[in-house]
Amino acid sequence: MSADQPHINSDADSATAKAPLTAVRAGLLNCHACGLLSRPTAHEAKRCPRCGAHLHSRKPDSITRTWALLAAAFILYIPANLLPVMHTSSILYSEDDTIMSGVIYLWTSGSWPLAILVFCASITVPLAKLIALTTLNWSVQRSSRWKQQERARLYRLVELVGRWSMLDIFVVALMVGLVHFRALATITAGPGAIAFGAVVVITMFAAMTFDPRLIWDPENNQDE
Amino acid sequence: MIDSHLIACHDCDLLLKPPSLRPGAVACCPRCGATLYREIKHGHERVLAFALAAVVLYLLANCFPIMSLEISGTKVSCTLVGAALALWNQGIQTLSILVMATTVIVPGLQLLILLYLLIPMQLRHMPPYVPELLRTLQLLRPWSMIEVFMLGILVSLSKLAAMAQVIPGIALWSFAVLMFMMTAVFAAFDARRVWRLLPVMQ
Repeated sequence: MSADQPHINSDADSATAKAPLTAVRAGLLNCHACGLLSRPTAHEAKRCPRCGAHLHSRKPDSITRTWALLAAAFILYIPANLLPVMHTSSILYSEDDTIMSGVIYLWTSGSWPLAILVFCASITVPLAKLIALTTLNWSVQRSSRWKQQERARLYRLVELVGRWSMLDIFVVALMVGLVHFRALATITAGPGAIAFGAVVVITMFAAMTFDPRLIWDPENNQDE
Repeated sequence: MIDSHLIACHDCDLLLKPPSLRPGAVACCPRCGATLYREIKHGHERVLAFALAAVVLYLLANCFPIMSLEISGTKVSCTLVGAALALWNQGIQTLSILVMATTVIVPGLQLLILLYLLIPMQLRHMPPYVPELLRTLQLLRPWSMIEVFMLGILVSLSKLAAMAQVIPGIALWSFAVLMFMMTAVFAAFDARRVWRLLPVMQ
């Protein structure tokens, strides 16, 4: 795959040698839905002249909303990992499985590639995502200029990888759907699964409310 | 005033002159590295073909059992909707809805919207509500989790194999192919091409 690099508006580039020209500095709004740039009119509600979407130069209350969602996710992360996600009962035994004990079970039963996979999707990804979004939101709040390119890349990674944490929810659903042999063996879902599902959904929303353009906004105020 | 000759990077707001690309090439933002757009080789008739194939697979995947389990003579099989219903009956409605939404409702809506848009457009006709539906399509994208579900099937398959005899069902194979088909649909669909056909109010 080849990547062609578009050129920055060259005349504007020389005029503001330090701060790159962004849509906000040029007084333009970028439509988040259809990608049309438009100059907002002063009096009416800002809507995209092509698709009618509400226009915002930045996502509204991005930092506050992201904090709120992250706080909720951090709190739910605790029951998600401590409470059982699955309860197995059979004539011989009955046991509660948490996310971690499910991984350990896979590991000890010899399917260690799957154990590593589930460990990554269910334990590493949610925690790494929470830490990454906290770092991003905090650095943006401080208008930090630290490693902007790396932070932009981190955000794209968070967006890409977050959905894979749903893996454990699907596994629980299938196990519950399949294993109901009356007295022989039955699997039911535990309260941990609800908390875990909530963590996945809430962090996905947190990634959506975070505005990656805020990472670059300190550049706009460079020569002011 | 409209600046149709300029675009702004959706990830860093940098103003750019979009280059015209060779088919198959990708435009990346020079500042933050985000993918701006890609020039897709083929027309939308290819998307339509993929989408129609996906509809067939979608129906197969939802009507037939994913797998069957046999313990001492008793056989239990389970469809996707059946699994979601089992969760519902256990009183965990939120999870049931989450599973249904990400594997049945959202992919189904995506396919419906694509067919609604593409069939009339192949007949040189623009259906109503295009902007709303394109926006919905964009909104649904992160919530369509066929590929994650497929991995979930594989994990539970190996977990259950230790417990009983597991027989893979028709829906398992359908989901596997549907996963590739959905990826092909969205790799070939170029929303920019549809947006460009819409008029801009001055």
